[in-house]
Amino acid sequence: MRLVLERRAERSRLMGWLSPVVAVALTLATGAVIFSLMGLDPARALYVYFLEPVLWWWSLEELVVKAAPLVMIGVGLAVCFRANVWNIGAEGQLTMGALFGSALPILWHEFQSFPVMVLMLLMGALGGALYAAIPAFLRTRFGTNEILTSLMLVYVAQLIADWFIRGPWRDPQGFNFPKSVQFEGWQLLPTLGDGRMHLGAGLALVAVVVLYVVMSRTLKGFEVRVVGTAPRAGTFAGFSSKRMVWFCLLLSGGLAGLAGICEVAGPSGHLQPAISPGYGFTAIIVAFLGRLNPVGVLVAGVMLGISYLGGEAAQIDLGISDKTAQVFQGILLFFILACDTLILYRIRLLRPQTA
Amino acid sequence: MSDFLLEAVHITKKFGDFAANDDVTLRLRPGEIHALLGENGAGKSTLVKMMYGALQPSEGELRWRGEAARIANPAAARALGIGMVFQHFSLFEALSVAENIALALPGDTDMKGLSARIERVSREYGLPLEPGALVADLSVGQRQRIEIVRCLLQEPSLLIMDEPTAVLTPQEADQLFVTLRRLASEGCAILYISHRLEEVKALCHEATVLRLGRVVAHVDPKQETAASLARHMVGIDVAAVSTRTAPAPGEAILKLDRVSLPADGPFGTALRDVSLEISGGEVVAIAGVAGNGQSELFDAVSGERLEGLTGMISIAGHACAVRGIKARRALGAAFVPEERLGHGAVPDFPLSQNVILTRFAVDDGMVRRGLVNLGLAGDVAGRVSGAFDVRTSRNDPEARSLSGGNLQKFVIGRELDRKPRLLVVNQPTWGVDAGAAAVIRQALIDLARDGSAVLVISQDLDEIFAIADRIAVISRGQLSAATPTAKIDREAIGLMMAGAHEVDDGGRAAS
Repeated sequence: MRLVLERRAERSRLMGWLSPVVAVALTLATGAVIFSLMGLDPARALYVYFLEPVLWWWSLEELVVKAAPLVMIGVGLAVCFRANVWNIGAEGQLTMGALFGSALPILWHEFQSFPVMVLMLLMGALGGALYAAIPAFLRTRFGTNEILTSLMLVYVAQLIADWFIRGPWRDPQGFNFPKSVQFEGWQLLPTLGDGRMHLGAGLALVAVVVLYVVMSRTLKGFEVRVVGTAPRAGTFAGFSSKRMVWFCLLLSGGLAGLAGICEVAGPSGHLQPAISPGYGFTAIIVAFLGRLNPVGVLVAGVMLGISYLGGEAAQIDLGISDKTAQVFQGILLFFILACDTLILYRIRLLRPQTA
Repeated sequence: MSDFLLEAVHITKKFGDFAANDDVTLRLRPGEIHALLGENGAGKSTLVKMMYGALQPSEGELRWRGEAARIANPAAARALGIGMVFQHFSLFEALSVAENIALALPGDTDMKGLSARIERVSREYGLPLEPGALVADLSVGQRQRIEIVRCLLQEPSLLIMDEPTAVLTPQEADQLFVTLRRLASEGCAILYISHRLEEVKALCHEATVLRLGRVVAHVDPKQETAASLARHMVGIDVAAVSTRTAPAPGEAILKLDRVSLPADGPFGTALRDVSLEISGGEVVAIAGVAGNGQSELFDAVSGERLEGLTGMISIAGHACAVRGIKARRALGAAFVPEERLGHGAVPDFPLSQNVILTRFAVDDGMVRRGLVNLGLAGDVAGRVSGAFDVRTSRNDPEARSLSGGNLQKFVIGRELDRKPRLLVVNQPTWGVDAGAAAVIRQALIDLARDGSAVLVISQDLDEIFAIADRIAVISRGQLSAATPTAKIDREAIGLMMAGAHEVDDGGRAAS
């Protein structure tokens, strides 16, 4: 006897939208099992993890701080993945964006007026896009797999950033801590609410709205969807798959870079070795959980933001490792992919034919 | 003990109501090279798949050395001593020759001993192979040798070969024949499927001809001419040729001058020096056996693939060999590829969005300032569905939910709706029921009579004779001159399909 996956004749639209919900429910159930195996009260643990973060005003603001980069990177990746271009290196593009954008306040600290902020954001987006151009060039010129190149470039970017922060860009008055000078005035993003929330959230919302319109109403969005689902039909229409690779990687890289400079010029206010807690990777889950749809990505970004906050809360309240957040994210991605597979395929048990 | 090695006795194979093989009987003697002939869809592959255990007959039985045998799967066939070389190879490019062969052998393999055996067998049979060579570095002919040697290592008493020369250069083919004759002289039976009639005449001792799933002739190919073999294959019940008056020659709308294009993948056929002129008002059809360069010809004319293209192409008087499909559409050309789902239409998109696919660059108002006009696309989809009687279960369904015939009417209707000056269609009625096929053919003729040029690539000779004003034949990437339909018959076309018009330029075929 063996199991085979058999393609379903029709896929259910309803289940397509329910799949993330089912995946979240399964993740919670698995989480409860894990917590009870760890000897914790699963009800309390889940409460601390998933509910507490949304019960307080300050933690809601913190949630926006965490969700904004996830959403900003996630919408870019959603477009990418729609076109079957697999940019796995958003974390590296984020790092490069942070580095490029920080060049201005670090090298020209006296530059203090409104343009500096705009320039920093533009430089950030440019840095991410340029870094994503490397896998785009390798893919279109040599046919290199962009999954591998973009992923490996993450570690290169992090090491380059590390060198700058510990080397030439270290704050001379920083007591030898590996961090840059503190940004000031126009070099910081305007804050919203009580303090930590900043303009990045607004930019993320703009990205969602713009990409929603692009994907649903414009020829470019049409092109992305055609090339992604039926590449041969794409060439037949006259769309260039190479140009699509460039477009997707530059767009998603630019957005990741923008998220990177927003992190540095927002919550932290200076460059430090740990620029993001893995936003670039988590955004991959955000893109899939959001059905590769910009509005879905917005919802999914908030949910994954909760998992970060819950991870911090669980560390304090329950004394468990901060790695649990990553475990939860991994379980969630696993269940989303499994649910999606079962929408397209059914499992069948095959008995060996009797001779 | 019977004289025969393998007998297929009164074999019938049904797929649903359709009988792919109907009461087929075929007997093979040891040491005999037996040709299996027939057009596409005549049932040759179905028959050999049953002999190789990949399919089971619905009725009738197979006998091996006189005894009834049930060949449950290919492994059972190999155990009996039946080997098969498929037209499309199953090799891993990243592995070496010996590794590929080891994968096909049961149990653990001693790689050193295997390499030595490969070298010995391949040398003995004149199929030189380097066991350590990487498959990726080998030519198509060398890859085929691997498949053959893989069979020979199991010392088969019957070797089935499915169109082995379709992918070979003439020299490689000659070398293959030497090997096959030698195998036969050692007592191995060979069942040889081919469309190339001269080859069959030269090589085979016996021939069985299938048409529409039935055996129509058992002949001695040495006693036949290629023409008589062709007549057996395509049938003599020639449909009445259309007597519509040929159009007055208008100005040339499509011109190809010595166009060449590299093959589309390892099983494609490169286009070689193809020249053709089509005027407004006429339908020109290209006949040929599948895989002789039809898709390459379509790619070259449509501009879907420009890399490596040489020669001149002009549409409506504008040179466009270096211009892509969008530019050619803008010159008034329209294209319908062979594969409707996934190539001509996006399966997951509703019909309205599939309208945008080919018309965004040529229709006024379809795209304005980058924004797609979905309303207009919906109107066009409705108009096309109405005009061509595309039956849909609901309003604006996804392309994948339509039946083959309905979707074909839609993808052709989508182009006709533009009233193109040039329409190029690859297999216009492939897998389409008779009613829809008649609608499509009529539409193609009507378009031509309104002054446009129509190029039809088809494997269906009935269709070609029904609609074409002139007919050209493509074989191994070469195109014959287009002859007026009234001046050519099926026999001549059958001969040309088998390569009669090819320029014999030996070495060039290898490139």
